[in-house]
Amino acid sequence: MAEMKPRVKVPATATKGEIIEIKTTINHDMESGQRKDKDGKVIPRKIINKFVCSLNGKEVFRSDWYTAVSANPYLSFFVKATESGNFDFAWSDDDGSVYKTSAPITVS
Amino acid sequence: MSDRALGRAALTRRQILIGTAGIGLMALPRWAQATPAEAQAAIAKITGGATPAAGRVTLRLPQIAENGNSVQFSVAVDSPMTEADYVKAIHVIAEENPFPEVATFYLSPANGKAEVTMRMRLAKTQTVRAVAVMADGKAFEAQQEVKVTIGGCGG
Repeated sequence: MAEMKPRVKVPATATKGEIIEIKTTINHDMESGQRKDKDGKVIPRKIINKFVCSLNGKEVFRSDWYTAVSANPYLSFFVKATESGNFDFAWSDDDGSVYKTSAPITVS
Repeated sequence: MSDRALGRAALTRRQILIGTAGIGLMALPRWAQATPAEAQAAIAKITGGATPAAGRVTLRLPQIAENGNSVQFSVAVDSPMTEADYVKAIHVIAEENPFPEVATFYLSPANGKAEVTMRMRLAKTQTVRAVAVMADGKAFEAQQEVKVTIGGCGG
């Protein structure tokens, strides 16, 4: 499987109280468990089932994903800029791996 | 989800489809798809049995999706997102996918705005439903039919 490469787009700066858009994507096959290989055997399910975004350690957005989420999942959502710091992003795989990245923001 | 064995003829056709179209929902046998009734049951579980009211939720989807492997959708909910009145969760359900739940998004006043955009797989032409649960427990819903040209195939 391809290397899981998370990418996020967070504005570098924001004014206090501004509602900012965060865009995220990660390389992942999101194998649904519905497909069969050429020998007719079911390819086991292996998807990212959870995504969490935190600001300075406090969760601000969470999402549960099921098999209908497309491969290389893209997700965008909004967060109110309250303080400077770091956004942490975590994608949890069925196999127990957690793929992480983070992005700083300066709020003035 | 069903683990029932597939017919040989369907398997062959599927192999061809996988070979030509690559990844996705190509391996869906028709009989493994959920029904609108099952989707309704999933929604009843979310809302605690209450029927979601119409309104407040805007679901943006293409009318026609050429590729069912990646259909972009946006859900926006009309809410001030304050401590007193905010959207707690948004559930997206595809009625006739093998597994109707697509994704659930958990929100709070920290979001400022209740809107999400994502991409999903649609096995075939069907109705997609978005249910928003508010902080006070009330539920609202929007739905739309999407015509899927090259969907989960198998059909």
